[in-house]
Amino acid sequence: MIQKEWMTVTNQRNIANRIYELTVRGGMVASMEPGQFVHIRTGDSFEPLLRRPISIAAINPEKSEFTMLYRVEGRGTEVLAAKRAGDKIDVLGPLGNGFPIGEAKQKAVLIGGGIGVPPLYELACQLNARGVETVHVLGFETAEAVFYEKEFSVLGETHITTVDGTHGIKGFVTHVMNELPTDFDVYYSCGPSPMLKAVEELYVDKKGFLSYEQRMGCGIGACFACVCKTNDERDYVKVCSDGPVFPAKVVVAG
Amino acid sequence: MNRLKVTLPGLELSNPIMPASGCFGFGKEFAGLYDLSQLGAIMIKATTREMRFGNPTPRVAETAAGMLNAIGLQNPGLDKVMTQELPYLEQFDVPIIANVAGTTTEDYAEVARAISTAPNVKALEINISCPNVKEGGITFGTNPKIAQALTEAVKAVSAVPVYIKLSPNVTDITEIAKAVEAGGADGLTMINTLLGMRLDAQTGKPVLANRTGGLSGPSIKPVALRMVYDVRKQTDLPIIGMGGVSTLDDVIDFLSVGADAVAVGTANFVNPFICPELIEELPGKLDELGIKTVQELTGRSHQYELANHRA
Repeated sequence: MIQKEWMTVTNQRNIANRIYELTVRGGMVASMEPGQFVHIRTGDSFEPLLRRPISIAAINPEKSEFTMLYRVEGRGTEVLAAKRAGDKIDVLGPLGNGFPIGEAKQKAVLIGGGIGVPPLYELACQLNARGVETVHVLGFETAEAVFYEKEFSVLGETHITTVDGTHGIKGFVTHVMNELPTDFDVYYSCGPSPMLKAVEELYVDKKGFLSYEQRMGCGIGACFACVCKTNDERDYVKVCSDGPVFPAKVVVAG
Repeated sequence: MNRLKVTLPGLELSNPIMPASGCFGFGKEFAGLYDLSQLGAIMIKATTREMRFGNPTPRVAETAAGMLNAIGLQNPGLDKVMTQELPYLEQFDVPIIANVAGTTTEDYAEVARAISTAPNVKALEINISCPNVKEGGITFGTNPKIAQALTEAVKAVSAVPVYIKLSPNVTDITEIAKAVEAGGADGLTMINTLLGMRLDAQTGKPVLANRTGGLSGPSIKPVALRMVYDVRKQTDLPIIGMGGVSTLDDVIDFLSVGADAVAVGTANFVNPFICPELIEELPGKLDELGIKTVQELTGRSHQYELANHRA
């Protein structure tokens, strides 16, 4: 059930270049799943006007808290980055359909790119809790943009790539994926469209689930801003309400 | 007595507030959030004869106190709207205003004829003002003669009253209003979005894939108010006013310049509960203003015409 709730900020910190970790508390947390997102009204004026979709990175039902990792890109995220413990924020959620965690039995590969990495963290936590081995391949632009390397390493084999080679392996996630054994049941991926396309092509015979990003208006399926063409019988899908996670080979990446 | 009640051609509204077309899909998404029967009416998304995919993405961009969109009239087409979307909405006790779009007069007439027979469609809103499609849309709404002819064609086949949605992207909106009145329009809805652009400052590249889009949100309210005000002086046709309605004061303002009812657009994206919240708060606002019914508000700004002061 989608709710609109004033949630309380419990912690905010800058963890990498322009990357912030924001934890908030509220009742909505009880119904969250990995891969879903929230839509946040960052201020209370008409500037910025629209909500900002932000993925759910970690869920803590015991404390009724969840954590978001976001990159400051413009006015909305700038305003959000100024929030401090005790502040209230207007959150709409949980939105969309998350990763089907039951598809993984023994071993899963999780591939993330940049700000597509966060939703994979809660997924990795939940898969580990179910006894599924997780291998993580995480790509970033540069060393300063890398985050959550330690957090992922605790959960399983973790490979970091940077485009400029300043940390981890130089290149894209596909450089690592080419070398990895393919003895896994399923892969999950989130990141920019070209990366998702490359992942889909490399693991063409494997079962996979991809989380897409698309500019959104309403976040609930009413405005038709975030539609994508598909390879199945549907004329189109909406990333916000039909996704953001889709089985591989369904969405024609834009 | 229901002090919020408004009666318009084809429409018995329990209150004057409704979601605007294009900002509410076909209602299903919002039905998961609240009981749609609370709404005065629902203006559903534009329907065309064939299914339309719409424009390439990105289709929305934020601007100062507003947003640009270039959705491009994406919809599942007349048949699916008739067999799937409208029957779903029958479970709610709320009149539906069906927004009709097309690329030719024949398109408009065919969609209007068919969709006006749906049991819950109580009025049509003819979209001659969409700025985001290459053919049809705004081309019908910027020339008085063409607008009048299209109104006549739709009126001839519609089983329910016809409201024409006016574009602000014209030199004189009152000319178009008078033309569609001459064509037999039962009412007006106004305004549609203002054609605009946003660029990436680094590269100079337009942010929208379509390059241009329709501006909506609080930033367009002063333009919309002025246009409703001007049109109200020229015609007695009922007007459903819209353009940046986000607060209760905005509702009052639109009624004051002469609107009979008010539609909420972009604000539904900012706060999906905005319509029921405004409806709930409206009686308190009437009390605050010392006003008994919403009809008393309609057109009250016109008493301050300069000519009256001179007299």
